[in-house]
Parts: sequence; structure tokens; C-alpha cells
Amino acid sequence: MHPFFHLLQRDVRLASRRPLDALLPVAFFVLAASLFPLGVGPEPQTLQQIAPGVVWVCALLSAMLSLATLYGGDYADGSLEQMLLSGHSAVLLTLAKALAHWLLTGLPLLLVAPLLGVLFGMDADPIKALCLSLLLGTPILSLFGGLGAAITLGLRNGAVLILLLVLPLCMPVLIFGAGAVAALQSGISPAGHFSLLAALLLLSLLGVPVATAAALRISV
Amino acid sequence: MNPLPRFFTFAAPSRFYWLAGLLLPWLYLLAGALAAAGLYIGFFLAPTDATQGDAYRIIFIHVPVAWMSMVLYLAMAGWAALGWAFNARMASMLARAIAPTGAMFTFLALWTGAFWGKPTWGTWWVWDARLTSELILLFLYLGYMALVEAIDDVRRADLAGALLAVVGAVNVPIIYFSVRWWNTLHQGASISMTAAPKMVSTMLTSMLLMTLACWAYAFAVVFARARAIVLEREQSSEWVRALARPLSKVKL
Repeated sequence: MHPFFHLLQRDVRLASRRPLDALLPVAFFVLAASLFPLGVGPEPQTLQQIAPGVVWVCALLSAMLSLATLYGGDYADGSLEQMLLSGHSAVLLTLAKALAHWLLTGLPLLLVAPLLGVLFGMDADPIKALCLSLLLGTPILSLFGGLGAAITLGLRNGAVLILLLVLPLCMPVLIFGAGAVAALQSGISPAGHFSLLAALLLLSLLGVPVATAAALRISV
Repeated sequence: MNPLPRFFTFAAPSRFYWLAGLLLPWLYLLAGALAAAGLYIGFFLAPTDATQGDAYRIIFIHVPVAWMSMVLYLAMAGWAALGWAFNARMASMLARAIAPTGAMFTFLALWTGAFWGKPTWGTWWVWDARLTSELILLFLYLGYMALVEAIDDVRRADLAGALLAVVGAVNVPIIYFSVRWWNTLHQGASISMTAAPKMVSTMLTSMLLMTLACWAYAFAVVFARARAIVLEREQSSEWVRALARPLSKVKL
């Protein structure tokens, strides 16, 4: 088996031994999103209008939650160093890590998002658009999150620092992701937003793993 | 016996320290003189605007400061990248010296923008594309400074900062255009950002003078900060110790 899949399998298996850790970001996602109706008020009109933004912001924040452990555990026990020394491509290593992160946090968010859509009183079509935008957008969050995690590896206040570094870079994803649903709700075709999201995904797939590999070489 | 200075002569921290020390008083003088001239022309000679009254005069500070905020980010990323690529210590130190000044100019641009917005648009802040992307630029500066401060190992701090600055510089156009399209989609408050009126030549002169003053100020402050960083990092070297010696004798 290719080392890429090996690493992926390992990360998923490690996470499956601690299922509660993997569920925490999802719990945060639902909890944070359900705070908004309590704060803003239960008027269905308002809720429908803010739903895409709320779901996207909560997805963004909950994707940041588990980043500190993405490379942290492997760095602490020295296995990350061995992986970098193994002679296999560091770019593929970071790609596998980002994919594992997406499978463990991005995908669950995607599965829970329709439920939140129903809670916020969204119609079927906007919910579909929301899921599609999350499908295209959350991998970008995992990629940039991996970059932030690699740069801040082993630092004292790394967990907060990641937020400060990664969130500004993720703003375009938020804009196009929430914008796609908002566009559909106001009767405009969301195709442009989806194309831009897909373009962002392709660009970050090409660029971010290289930067993350460089960051790992600097940090380790 | 006295060879011509090479291109990289002042990449040596000791020579940079000497040169920057030589230039500093002149740069401060230049910044003060240019700012005084620019402000005089802007506040006393330039005519009052027909629609905005005297409130527009903040343009003479706001626009140069906003320009500097963007130029300095590119300069910071450029020096950081040079320091990374060529292992040039002085370039990395310059990048770190530029960051606080860039952040200050970004903050000033936002602040003066708010002061300009209140009398002309009736609001301190709008979620306009330019304002929003300037705010994100401030976050990028803060992220860079927080990252390099958080890493104790100097070499790793320089490299990690360089990586972040370069990634940020690549992202700035993406962020700018995404914010712009987001703004046109929402089309909230119908405030025209193209408020800049046709300029009289005195206005243009004042703005140019203020821009040059900002440049001179940025050079002066960055050099002063870089000198401090050089002293801090080279404190164990012979020439820095030699600098400290006569001072301690005077004190005795």
C-alpha cells in the first residue's frame, strides 16, 4: 500500500480508538449554532436569513478546534520526525494529514449541517446548496488549518495563535460558502459562488501542502 | 587597498548598524520637514472642497497612510523571503522591524478613515470592500507579529514568519477580490466610495509631500528598530561589546 493511504488509515484508526474526541467538534458545531436563535430571537424570517452565515461561521470555528492535535501528538512522541526522515514526500504527508482531518471533522459537519438547516427553517434547495458549499469549502479549511498547525507546532499558546493566523486566510471561503446559499435564497444562481469555491479548493490543493511541508521542515 | 563597496556590503549587521545610524538623524529631519510642508499646504493653501467642506482635509493623512500600509506588507514579505531564500540575517531582521510600523500605518488608515467617514457618510464604518480588506490586512500584520514573538528560537521565528508573510502576500489579492464581490452582492448602504474629488494641484502637492514624509518616517523608524534588533541578536559579538565598553567607562 502507498504510504499516503497508510498514513491516512493510521490517523483514522487512531481517531476511532477515541471516538469522543472526534465527536467534540460536531457537538461544538451544533451547540454554537443553536445559541444564535436564543441570542437573535426565534422569528423564522430572521433565522432563515442568517442561517447560511451562522452555519458557515460555526463550521469554520469547529474546524479550528482539533487542529492543535493534528501534528501535535506525532511531534510530541517523535514519530513526525521519523516520517519526515523516511524519504517519502513531505508534501504527500501533509496532504494525507489534511485529508484525515477533513474525514474526521469536515465530513461529520457536512452530515449534521442539514439538521441545522431544518432547525433554522431553511427550505430543501438552500439546504442542498449549503451542503454542497460545505463539501467544497471544508477541505480548504482543513488544508489551511494544517498549515497553521505546522507553523505553530510545539508553541506555548499555539491553539490561540492558529486562530489568529488561519482565520484571516479563510475569509474568502466563508464569503463564497455562505454567499452561495444567500444567493440562492435571494433568487440568484449560486453557480458562480460554487465555481469560485472549487477554484479556491484547487488552488489550495496545489499550494498549501507545499507550504505546509516547508513549515514542517522549519518547525521540526 | 580600499575596495569599492559591493552589493551586499550592508548585509553585514555591523555595517548596516553603522550606516543606519549615520542616516537616522537625516531621515527624521526629512520626515519632519516634508510633513510640515505637506500639512501646511494641505491645511492652509489647499482650497475648501465644495461638497465635503474642510472635512476632506484628512485625505492628506489618510491616503498616504493607506498606501504605506500596503507597500510595507509587500516590503516585509519581500525581505522575509530574501532572508529565507539566501539565509541573509539582516533581511530577516528588517522584515521583523517593518511589521510594527506597517501595522501602525494600517491602524491609522482605518482610524483616519473612520474620522473621514463620520462627517461625509454619517457613519464611522461601512462594510465596504476596501475597509474590510484593510481590516484583514491589520489581522495579517498582527498574526505575523504574534507568530514571531511566540517562537523563542530566532532562526525558526524568522523562517516561520517568512512563510506566513509569503502565504499572506499571495492571499491578499484573493481576499481583496472576494471581499469586493461579496460587497457588490450585498449592496447594502448605497455609499459611494469614489469620494475623491477632482484634485487641485495644491491638494496633489500636499498629498505627495505627505507620502514622501511617510516614507521617510517609515525608513527612520524601521532603521532604528532594526538597529535595536541587531544589537539584541549580536550581543555576544566583539563589535557590539566594543560599542558597550566606552559607555560603561563613562558611567564609572
